Amino acid sequence: MNAVELKDISKAFGGILANDGIDLTVKEGEIHCILGENGAGKTTLMKILFGLYSKDSGRILIKGQEVEIKEPRQAINLGIGMIHQHFMLVNRLTVAENIIAGDEPLKGIFIDQERANSEVEKLSQRYNLKVNPAARIENISVGEQQRVEILKALYRNAEILILDEPTAVLTPQETEELFQVMRKLKRNGKTIIFITHKLKETMTISDRVTILRDGRKVGTVTTSETSPEELARMMVGREVVLRVDKKARKLDRPIFEVRGLSLHNKKSNLYLKDISFTIEKGEILGVAGVEGNGQLELEEALTALRKIEQGQIILKGRDITGLRTRERRDFGLAHIPSDRLKRGLIEEFNLERNLILGSEWQEPFARRGFLVKRAIQAYAKRIIKEFDIRTSGSQAKAADLSGGNQQKVILGRELMRDPDLIIASQPTRGVDVGAIEYIHNLLLEMRDRGKGILLISAELDELRSLSDRIMVIYEGTIVAEGKTEDFTEEELGLLMAGQGLEGVG
Amino acid sequence: MRSIIGLLTKVKNRSTITELLYSLTAIVIALIIGAILIYFSGHDVWKAYYNLFYGAFGNSYNLAQTLLKTTPLIFTGLAVAIGFQSGLFNIGGEGQLYWGAFATAVVAITFSHLPGLILILLSLLAGAVAGGIWGSIPGYLKARTGAHEVITTIMLNYIGILATTFLLKNYFKEAGPVDQTRMIPESARMSELIPYTRLTWAIFLAVTVIIIIDYLFKNTSLGYDIQAVGKNRDAAEYAGIRADGIIILTMALSGAVAGLTGSTIVLGVLHRFITNFSPGYGFTGIAVAVLGRNKPWGVLLAALLFGALEAGGMSMQLFAKIPSDLMTIVQGLVILFVAAPAFIQLLSKSLRGADQSE
Repeated sequence: MNAVELKDISKAFGGILANDGIDLTVKEGEIHCILGENGAGKTTLMKILFGLYSKDSGRILIKGQEVEIKEPRQAINLGIGMIHQHFMLVNRLTVAENIIAGDEPLKGIFIDQERANSEVEKLSQRYNLKVNPAARIENISVGEQQRVEILKALYRNAEILILDEPTAVLTPQETEELFQVMRKLKRNGKTIIFITHKLKETMTISDRVTILRDGRKVGTVTTSETSPEELARMMVGREVVLRVDKKARKLDRPIFEVRGLSLHNKKSNLYLKDISFTIEKGEILGVAGVEGNGQLELEEALTALRKIEQGQIILKGRDITGLRTRERRDFGLAHIPSDRLKRGLIEEFNLERNLILGSEWQEPFARRGFLVKRAIQAYAKRIIKEFDIRTSGSQAKAADLSGGNQQKVILGRELMRDPDLIIASQPTRGVDVGAIEYIHNLLLEMRDRGKGILLISAELDELRSLSDRIMVIYEGTIVAEGKTEDFTEEELGLLMAGQGLEGVG
Repeated sequence: MRSIIGLLTKVKNRSTITELLYSLTAIVIALIIGAILIYFSGHDVWKAYYNLFYGAFGNSYNLAQTLLKTTPLIFTGLAVAIGFQSGLFNIGGEGQLYWGAFATAVVAITFSHLPGLILILLSLLAGAVAGGIWGSIPGYLKARTGAHEVITTIMLNYIGILATTFLLKNYFKEAGPVDQTRMIPESARMSELIPYTRLTWAIFLAVTVIIIIDYLFKNTSLGYDIQAVGKNRDAAEYAGIRADGIIILTMALSGAVAGLTGSTIVLGVLHRFITNFSPGYGFTGIAVAVLGRNKPWGVLLAALLFGALEAGGMSMQLFAKIPSDLMTIVQGLVILFVAAPAFIQLLSKSLRGADQSE
């Protein structure tokens, strides 16, 4: 029996086809992955199924019955539940209140709190989804919030669960827990649709995989009969090398040193405490950690975008603690910011202007404060060519580029300046597989050319394959540091979650 | 939904020429509605519009009146447009132009012994500096304390207008019933282009300032920094641009241009500083900047339109006996129709935000 059949679904946004005649069949009781790069149309397709978008054409069958789903309520009544990438929870309310919201057990005109709690408790035990019904959402972890979202769907008797990139916000341990929950749900007869762009997770959890590319369906394969390489090829449309070759390196002299850096971020009440590390020439130091544990503060402190309270920053033997952002950049610091659109680009500027951001007063782009258009244009064209930026031309606005190409603009701008130290924060976030491969190789090339690199990333695979050494940051403190090969993935996961290890570091 | 978004995208992606066409359409629609109003208030539409057009462009005197009314609006419109380039909404043009006028008058009277051209340039400079200082205050408050410039510039308008009046009454008032300074010396007056029109070469100064500002934004590093801060302050700071300094500087520049409004009125038209001399040029400048889409050359065209409506409106009142208030309504309608796409843009942005495919 098929839980869901989508037939020839099409949907366009402003002339761009997000879904182009997509067929999808999900069997009852299976875990079905929808795999594709950013912008492949995965979320669009699922939002159509959940009634958040209206389709332009095509048919939807739920358990063999043709249905029209115009709004989420209809989807919920049909037994469909969707867990979004960004949680839809009310922070000030409790776990139980969030779960029952919209469908509350009543006692007269009041909510029957006791029954609410006990029902949530019952559900939570049945599927082994550990939550505290009385806790407020704002006080619980991201992993627990996700479990609340799942319970919310189950409370509404969902038989078909759609999970949109659920692991993006989780630690490896939390991801493993989620997978166990998913298996349990499957044993209970639930059907699960799992949206992802990660090959490894697809291979681990799914029964079958449907691959989307550029809004079209590439194919559906049975997981046990495929390989990551085949999936990557289907996803990108060409051969992709999944592993990077990292050459061995010899010890070299330090190029960058941080001593006892401390600060307090009043907004998030996070303290960076006594951060010290050294990076050698030609070395990649990875910073592992769950997002929000001080990575952003560290990145901003090193680039003088945030004031520090204590500590010293030394680049090429010179104390740069007192230098401003511009001076540090001019002295050889390159910065690939974690938030590309917020910090890295000016979306309304064209590529020419974006590529000289930070160099707009310098020769040859400017002479005595007057921009030299010809030099800027030639430079932009060179970077576009050298970094393979796909664009209609150097006059195109940055906003019109895909995520991967925007990232290449930033990389091109930062690396062409021939820096000595590169702070690369989340360099492959929201970037498609093909561009990830390119960016990884580029960073390794920079390493081999003797640059020091501080790689801050939430992707453990990325950290493990690129870094020479890794340090783990937890609640603003470096809790472990060592050679990459000294850590297993599990150990890193535990350290990131704040559980110390004996004998590592 | 798809077609709506498609349409919105089209509206949003207009090039300069289609933008111009769009503005022209808005003007035509506004004039048509104006015609309907004239008709229903019992007047002759043809006669009204003939007099409007003739009054604005019909002969050299009328054209001069149009340009005379255009000049201050170029300055104030440009002042607002400059602020917009770094994301600042300068509503303080009125206060800034009062300081400009006051400083110009005081300098022209005080240094009356200087030769003509030097005296004029010095007086203009004094006006620009005074307006610039007044403009930089909200800039400083914004940069250092985060105080929103919309609030502070509005407040500073009152302070500016009243402070200049206070200084005038106590220190510079000419004896007599009117609160005004002495006349500035003949040598400090800008010469008329056409006799008895009061149109002076201030209009050329205005166009020159347009050219300079346009060049600043398109071709200089400073203009680049101002726009970078305006379009994405976080990214500007990431690149080491000192946003605080840029904000203060931009407001000073904006205030200086607004100050020149007052200077040119004193040197070219009134020949003295009088209290309450401005009929709200600073505020009309906001409308001019919106209509001109915050681009220097757009400001010029928009100011010209407003100047023409004003000059023509007066002749319409005189000869067709139709209240010139009607032209104020037409001005309002033009703004409404031109500002509508800005509203459409906003709408399309929020729609696209909700409709992100991934």
